[in-house]
Amino acid sequence: MTAPRTMFEKIWQRHVVVDRPDGYTLLYVDRHLMHDGSSPAYSRLKARGMGLRRADRAAATPDHYVKTDSRTKDVPDPDHRRLLNDITTNCNEAGVQLFDLGDVRQGIIHVVGPEQGLSQPGITLVCGDSHTSTHGALGALAFGIGSSEVTHVMATQCLWQRKPKSMRITIDGTLSPHITGKDVILAIIGKIGAAGAVGHVMEYAGSAIRGLSMEGRLTLCNMSIEAGGRAGMVAPDETTFNYLKGKPFAPKGENWDKAMAFWKTVPTEDGATFDREVTLNAAEIAPMVTWGTSPEDVLSINGRVPDPASAPDPGKQENMKRALEYMDLKPGTPMDGVAVDRVFIGSCTNSRIEDLRAAAAVAKGRKAQIPAWVVAGSGLIKEQAEAEGLDKIFREAGFDWREPGCSMCIGVNGDVGVRGQRIASTSNRNFVGRQGVGVRTHLVSPAMAAAAAVTGHFTDVRKLVG
Amino acid sequence: MDAFTTLKAVAVPIDQANVDTDQIIPARFLGRTRDRQVEGFFHDFRLDPNGRPREGVTLNNPAYKGARIMVGNTNFACGSSRENAVTTMVDNGFRAFIAPSFGDIFFNNCFQNGCLAIRLPADRVARMRVILHELPGAEISIDLAKQTVVGPDGKTDSFEVDSFRKEMLLKGADEVKITLGYDADIKRFEDRQRQEMPWL
Repeated sequence: MTAPRTMFEKIWQRHVVVDRPDGYTLLYVDRHLMHDGSSPAYSRLKARGMGLRRADRAAATPDHYVKTDSRTKDVPDPDHRRLLNDITTNCNEAGVQLFDLGDVRQGIIHVVGPEQGLSQPGITLVCGDSHTSTHGALGALAFGIGSSEVTHVMATQCLWQRKPKSMRITIDGTLSPHITGKDVILAIIGKIGAAGAVGHVMEYAGSAIRGLSMEGRLTLCNMSIEAGGRAGMVAPDETTFNYLKGKPFAPKGENWDKAMAFWKTVPTEDGATFDREVTLNAAEIAPMVTWGTSPEDVLSINGRVPDPASAPDPGKQENMKRALEYMDLKPGTPMDGVAVDRVFIGSCTNSRIEDLRAAAAVAKGRKAQIPAWVVAGSGLIKEQAEAEGLDKIFREAGFDWREPGCSMCIGVNGDVGVRGQRIASTSNRNFVGRQGVGVRTHLVSPAMAAAAAVTGHFTDVRKLVG
Repeated sequence: MDAFTTLKAVAVPIDQANVDTDQIIPARFLGRTRDRQVEGFFHDFRLDPNGRPREGVTLNNPAYKGARIMVGNTNFACGSSRENAVTTMVDNGFRAFIAPSFGDIFFNNCFQNGCLAIRLPADRVARMRVILHELPGAEISIDLAKQTVVGPDGKTDSFEVDSFRKEMLLKGADEVKITLGYDADIKRFEDRQRQEMPWL
């Protein structure tokens, strides 16, 4: 009788190619996703005279450098134009499945992977992007890697890894209405800190997590990296299977039955132990908003900007002072009511259909008081939203309805704010300068972002929608 | 990859916790060729929006000129997986980083670029930063084979490093080449997986 194992342990063991006595493992990669920033990695592969070992296990889409006001590849910046052309040339040459600009399936890679059924339970999945943790929502072991490791995966379909530790976040109870995966993950990061899960693979468990839709789980796992986690995952269940069924790259027919039989064996077994356990109470989670320049600088919309004098040590005090100065916020200010200059709804964190529906429900019949952008995560989501009339609701409310891409989450395509602007953003990082030099980012859920748009300030969305 | 064996060099302290890779190189520099990313190094951290050096930033202090070691704080280089955060460090002379903890991806990326990321206890790292502020230009000495760091106060600490990573760094080994040596194992794995997971 073997000891009960965690989901992470099982997926890890299943993908060991070589275990070295020095504690390093050669781990097989089932799925490799690429984007328009992957071109230098491919160039290094070619310089070695090599091709992709498993082009059949790779897929790519341009997202970082694409414009969101048109679908042209003829962007003004020559470096960006080269990257957008490289992904097409490279994928065609290597025989990699590409969802290119102009293809309705194009979008943000972490939206496209699950949507196409490429991300599946029990697999290992990597991408040269830290938000690869997103795909763990389907019960995969998924993590971001650097460009050299991307080359290594292209060449060998493997990675050298030291096994991370395991951590379980259990959230039992029922989430209040209008509390989303975004609020849950921000509450978790607020509790454990931005370094709280460094070196750990996180598993999210408990009845509140089970109750989340696939979109909510994707948001949750997406920001595991903001808690410092190597990866984040949720056990596959009926929600997962129903989501995957019929997706283009999901198994079909006899293979579906075989896959299902395996997928059901993926979840953590009763009695399995984790290196760390953390619990939160679902009922206590309110709509969250960040006040500082790290995702751990977060509080409930009903909270007040904290006072650096309350910091536990001089180092933290200095960090808080610096953050408040950058954010132009005074200690003690109620977050509800802080004026906002601009709103961004999008990114691999919050650009899926459920996110757009939640934002539209708030926007409906109201008017944006400040510029507000909605950037769907993929062409298919945009199409679905338009079929549901969401674009009409947004447009009538004065929101800008744009083409899919990473857009203002990272801003490398030119979608950035103006110095001094305060942005309510559904993205994942409120780092200094993330949305433009001198721009102040506050992370919120899509409904909270829409609430800020229609009132011009942060407001508890529960006051707007019953 | 360049080998890393020993390094004796000026060390510069960075006091903030959770320094993210967006600070090390802002995203707007990433699309460029590597030679034109050099100036992105801590760009907005060092310079104000008018391009003037910010006061009190150690990286602007000429006393730390020629620094090749950076001493950071908790969760150093967290956030984005951009390997440019390591390459811009290398292209600005840095080869070793000492902190209580690192962002996991940056930590891994270091070893891909001939750099050494060393974890030491938080109080020891804090002490090193204090001394480096008091004695700008002071040196730290690192010996990878012996796994020791001699601080700016002359005190020696031992550090942990995975023996696999250590060997690779000491030799400047080519990781892809090493992995290709396991080709038979990879093939065996793939054959088995084709049977077990035919849907992939």
